[in-house]
Amino acid sequence: MTKRVCMGNEAIALGAAKAGVSVVSGYPGTPSTEIIETFLNEKIPGIEVQWSTNEKTAMEVAAGAAYAGARSMVTMKQVGLNVAADPLMSLSYVGVEGGMVVVVADDPGPWSSQTEQDTRHFAKYANLPVFDPSSPEEAYQMVSSAFDLSEEFKLPVFLRPTTRVCHASATVDLENDPGPRPAAGFEKKPDWIIFPALSYRKHGELEQKQKLISDKVSALPFNRIIKGGRKGIAVSGISYLYAMEVIKEFDLDLTVFKVGTPYPLPLKLAEEFLSSVDQVMVVEELDPVLEEQLLLVSAGKNEIFGKMTGDMPCNGEYSFESIKNRLLKYAGAESADPDMVEIPNLPVRPPVLCAGCPHRASFYAAKTAAKNYEKTVYCGDIGCYTLGNAAPLNTVDTCLCMGAGITIAQGIKLAEKETKCIAFIGDSTFFHTGIPGIINAVYQNTDITIAVLDNHTTAMTGGQPHPGTGRTAMGMPAKPLDIEKILRACGVEHISTVDPFKYEETVAAFNNALEYNGPSAVIAKAPCIALIKLPGAVRRVNEACIGCLKCIKHLGCPAMSVGNDGKVVINESICTDCSLCVNVCPVGAIKKVDRNV
Amino acid sequence: MFSSIVIAGVGGQGTLLASKILSEAAQRRGLFVRTSETIGMAQRGGSVSSHIRIGSQNVSPVIPLRHADVLIGFELAEAARQLNRLKPDASAVVNVDCIVPTNVALRQGEYHCDGYLSAIKKNIRNGFYLNAAPMATEAGDARTLNIVLLGFSVGAGILPFEEDEIREAMECCIKPKLLEINRKAFLLGTGAARKQL
Repeated sequence: MTKRVCMGNEAIALGAAKAGVSVVSGYPGTPSTEIIETFLNEKIPGIEVQWSTNEKTAMEVAAGAAYAGARSMVTMKQVGLNVAADPLMSLSYVGVEGGMVVVVADDPGPWSSQTEQDTRHFAKYANLPVFDPSSPEEAYQMVSSAFDLSEEFKLPVFLRPTTRVCHASATVDLENDPGPRPAAGFEKKPDWIIFPALSYRKHGELEQKQKLISDKVSALPFNRIIKGGRKGIAVSGISYLYAMEVIKEFDLDLTVFKVGTPYPLPLKLAEEFLSSVDQVMVVEELDPVLEEQLLLVSAGKNEIFGKMTGDMPCNGEYSFESIKNRLLKYAGAESADPDMVEIPNLPVRPPVLCAGCPHRASFYAAKTAAKNYEKTVYCGDIGCYTLGNAAPLNTVDTCLCMGAGITIAQGIKLAEKETKCIAFIGDSTFFHTGIPGIINAVYQNTDITIAVLDNHTTAMTGGQPHPGTGRTAMGMPAKPLDIEKILRACGVEHISTVDPFKYEETVAAFNNALEYNGPSAVIAKAPCIALIKLPGAVRRVNEACIGCLKCIKHLGCPAMSVGNDGKVVINESICTDCSLCVNVCPVGAIKKVDRNV
Repeated sequence: MFSSIVIAGVGGQGTLLASKILSEAAQRRGLFVRTSETIGMAQRGGSVSSHIRIGSQNVSPVIPLRHADVLIGFELAEAARQLNRLKPDASAVVNVDCIVPTNVALRQGEYHCDGYLSAIKKNIRNGFYLNAAPMATEAGDARTLNIVLLGFSVGAGILPFEEDEIREAMECCIKPKLLEINRKAFLLGTGAARKQL
């Protein structure tokens, strides 16, 4: 056994490796991304790891491996599970042979997500067990248990960490890794083919398994009662640590029911807990999953407080502060608020496109071209380029979910025929769920312009490869899929590929695309600045600057600020000499100079 | 020992590595470590903070308000933002550099250099101040700012570690080819602290 400080996501990967996982798939998404990256960084031999094109493909790849008897893991963020819901729901009937763990990272807050959906609900909906770790060290332990449970009941099992588990680190006792477990091989049998008669039988079996699983998980160490007074709290996930710190600091006499498997509820333990207390406060982030189940089990014998009684917040992430006074009041203690220091108003630092980001150039060119029309709606999508919504670019009017920009644009166009619609989509999102929407635009002949912002990586999540990059997650060369050829094969006839930093050409490409009657596309191709070495030159503003601030007001480049003399100053440590600002300056005051001179 | 340390800065300043080195140092001493980081959308030029709690397992990974013993501020406004996270008797090292967001130039935000500094000085009794960027450049790379600040913090005696413990932790958290300039940055930091003591 060795001790190591691991990030939660690292602990999950190392736990899976220890449990003998041999196939891992996923699609990047905060806060889940580092699980797969750990497998890649650790280079554990014998494990097949892939970034799949989307969560649905990832889920199916992992399922196939588990059909063949391998232990498999699939990783994604909570909204990714919506994309993978179709295979998952059927998989709960069909089942698996080798253990399959579905890691879905929830994001209370949310910090980097569209929704605050609760995967524990999804697990309950799919009748599949879910482990809800309270810490990285517990997540490490839970992975092995999840694999064992999955194999015993022949069902996929969820592990649902939240952001504060995924991105927290802790000392973890790592056990020896015996290496990947060989797969038994795919056995042909009718159970793999989901026909109605099989579904009926399997649905019945699935319902029967729930009680057996509940008995099984009642005995797991992740579910336990910490004895105290006649007032109890029930906690799931990270809230356990927040609650324990409050209890310890204020010396509260509460009985704690720590729940590591919120579905199925460890029923025996829940009954024991409820009979030992009169009242219960349920402390869980997001939905009242535990609360609802305890209400059913208690059947009125206990007073149960939580979200449904308005005693706990129903959105956002919890913290020591957000639960402290609620627990103190519940325990009959005085509330305690520390004195606060007065601080002058602090700057807001919204996330911005990096200095030199090619998306800024694409957005600016599209906006320039759109000036010829009365109204243009910019449909955005999920990725770094969602940040184009911020002032001064203001080129993202809609953002819904992965791949939706192209299709939302079609709906707007149908309802508002005189309006021009430009749908921006990144390269990774294009492969993820962009293509069916493009085919729909061609099939329906809807006059929209698709702008593929191809920066050759999955940038927002830290630069993962995708089908267009020519390499796999494991670093092997792959056939790079050509976005222009795909667009053409989908039937888009008006396509131009441009370098967005060639400003005039790019504006012209957008002009032509907008003028074209029917679906058109502009592919703006330039690598993410995180992929390139900073060039030897930078841009510097000379004395000719008249302080009009047009560059700042049009582009919002984070390298630009206003000096004490009212003239623009460029931060040369982050300038990439992209030269976009040169196109905006009315007096030609922005000159190329050598870096470090 | 139970100690809570908060490191605050702007995305891209290298707070993550500094946090990793402190965790490693604690781990090497056999202490339980629990940390929390800002990763994801907030990283791109956003406010970031790393929370490190050493010596206790049943605690929140996020340091509650008024619970931090030590602050390492990589940027002035971000240091000020953490004032309410500190205990009244906390110690701090603050880089006085100001990173003014673009929205201030667009008149959509505000930034008060002097106000932040006086709020910090008023509320922190054991505070040390430096301008770390020139030292990082002197070490050979502006990106060694984080190591300059770590060196300065341990040199000023605000961390629950000895210089050697941080140095050793550094050796195993930094890529070999970058070690030399980081060692230099560390020395510049500890040296500057000694001059202030």
